[in-house]
Amino acid sequence: MIEVKNLVKTYGDKHAVAGISFKANDGEILGFLGPNGAGKSTTMNILTGYLSSTSGEAYINGHDILEDPIAAKKEIGYLPEFPPLYMDMTVREYLYFVYELRGCRLPRNTHLKEICELVKIDNVYDRRIANLSKGYKQRVGLAQALVGNPNVLILDEPTVGLDPKQIIEIRTLIKKLGKNHTVILSSHILSEVQAVCDRIVVINQGKIVADDTADNLSRELTADHKLIARIDGPKDEVIKLVQTIPGVVSIVADMQRERGVWEYNIEAVEGTDIRRELNRRLMSRNWYIMGLRSSELSLEDIFLKLTMGESVNEFLADKADDLAEQYNEE
Amino acid sequence: MIAILKRETRAYFDSLIGYIFLTAFFAASGILFSVTSLQYGSTDMSGMYSGLFYILLVLIPILTMRTLSEEKRQKTDQLLLTAPLSLSSLVIGKFLSAMIIYSVGVCMTLVYAVVVSFFGAVSWLTVVGNVVGLLLLGAAFISVGIFVSSLTENQVIAAIGGFAAMLALFLIGSIASIIPVKWIANILTNLSFSTRYSPFTYGVFDFSNVLFFISAMGIFLFLTVRVLERRRWS
Repeated sequence: MIEVKNLVKTYGDKHAVAGISFKANDGEILGFLGPNGAGKSTTMNILTGYLSSTSGEAYINGHDILEDPIAAKKEIGYLPEFPPLYMDMTVREYLYFVYELRGCRLPRNTHLKEICELVKIDNVYDRRIANLSKGYKQRVGLAQALVGNPNVLILDEPTVGLDPKQIIEIRTLIKKLGKNHTVILSSHILSEVQAVCDRIVVINQGKIVADDTADNLSRELTADHKLIARIDGPKDEVIKLVQTIPGVVSIVADMQRERGVWEYNIEAVEGTDIRRELNRRLMSRNWYIMGLRSSELSLEDIFLKLTMGESVNEFLADKADDLAEQYNEE
Repeated sequence: MIAILKRETRAYFDSLIGYIFLTAFFAASGILFSVTSLQYGSTDMSGMYSGLFYILLVLIPILTMRTLSEEKRQKTDQLLLTAPLSLSSLVIGKFLSAMIIYSVGVCMTLVYAVVVSFFGAVSWLTVVGNVVGLLLLGAAFISVGIFVSSLTENQVIAAIGGFAAMLALFLIGSIASIIPVKWIANILTNLSFSTRYSPFTYGVFDFSNVLFFISAMGIFLFLTVRVLERRRWS
């Protein structure tokens, strides 16, 4: 279990972390989501005892990282942003070193073999780390964090530099590990934390802007009001027609995908679902929807939404009222 | 600590620095031995031991330049500092591994003494005193070198800085001789590494000098731990 209370880290007068509090329970995968420079790595470095906080407390399984660092560090496996690898060692030598460094008591060869099979580096066991690809280096870094079977895993952007197949493998692995470890992982990719984490903490500019379960957060963050539609019909008239649907803020023709079929980006007022109305109106003109999907919220949208909070909704609600009035007049 | 010690000692030979250091040390001591003892047919080896002081000024920074600077540059310090291990055992582990390499070099001078003993009577007590003196001097220099290495990420700067620091500790004695105020001159003379080391080469085993080098070693290792500690807070 990890408990963080009011953590602050300042560099000069800049607040890298400005009062973060959260809790990660046993067997929970907690995702840190935030853009680069949000304070994710700093928070993780404080939790692992690499940096000291300016103020605030952090407990790892009840051990204060400042008061009782050695007991706290024993509980943690840490994969930093840049895997801390000795380039001139082979994977085997490196893992032996980490094993001794952490004062691990498990039977060495079987334990390390298990880890290597888990992260799939057993085929490069006797190669020098300097000669490995980025993906392998990342996985050796992950292996290092697993040595000694620590209760808490802290993984800073664990899938960076991996190819899509490896990303899926590592995500599956993290999910598996999450069943009997407390895992904190950071990412700047929304879909990644959604796929892996039970709970998501969104950080921006050193502050927590949201802390909720992945399900709740994604429900809140779905973007049904932003659609990408392929419509078979004369472009200018389609645009004119769609604009008359109540709630539509804008429609932009993107490009012609098939003959006579254009792709449009349609944005409606938040909270309104225009899909049925869109269907009905296009049908009445005998134009067809060839494809329809909601566009993903970008990270910027999320921060705008989370940081502006209520004011965004009010702003959008006003806009909706205006449009509805206009429509009624017509 | 043992893990650090093992890895570091290994790394000295993986990175060639260990070989370079020992080769240079053997070459320098060999030349000094030939010039001062063999050429005059003397069993007195103090010339070699006093000459080695200057050699150490250059060689020890090479031995210590990587110790902490390279960890920081490669970001492997994140592994060491987040491991369940105190900062002092980290620093002591690094110190001891440099000491091991250095001691191998120093032991070589005993071989010369053995060679000489075939041709004449060697004052073994003097030789042992010299070896102990050289080990103590090296221990103090190594801790200075590690301290300088903890201040930078660049191993070249660490080497040059280490050399400058050791040169300063050596030259303090010469500066003292031109300072007219007696008590300041006294203090400086007492702090000079060369003033403290030369009695060993005359065969004088003064316990205060032993204590001086051990304290110097302790102080710089302590400062190194403080530097690492402070880095977490800045």
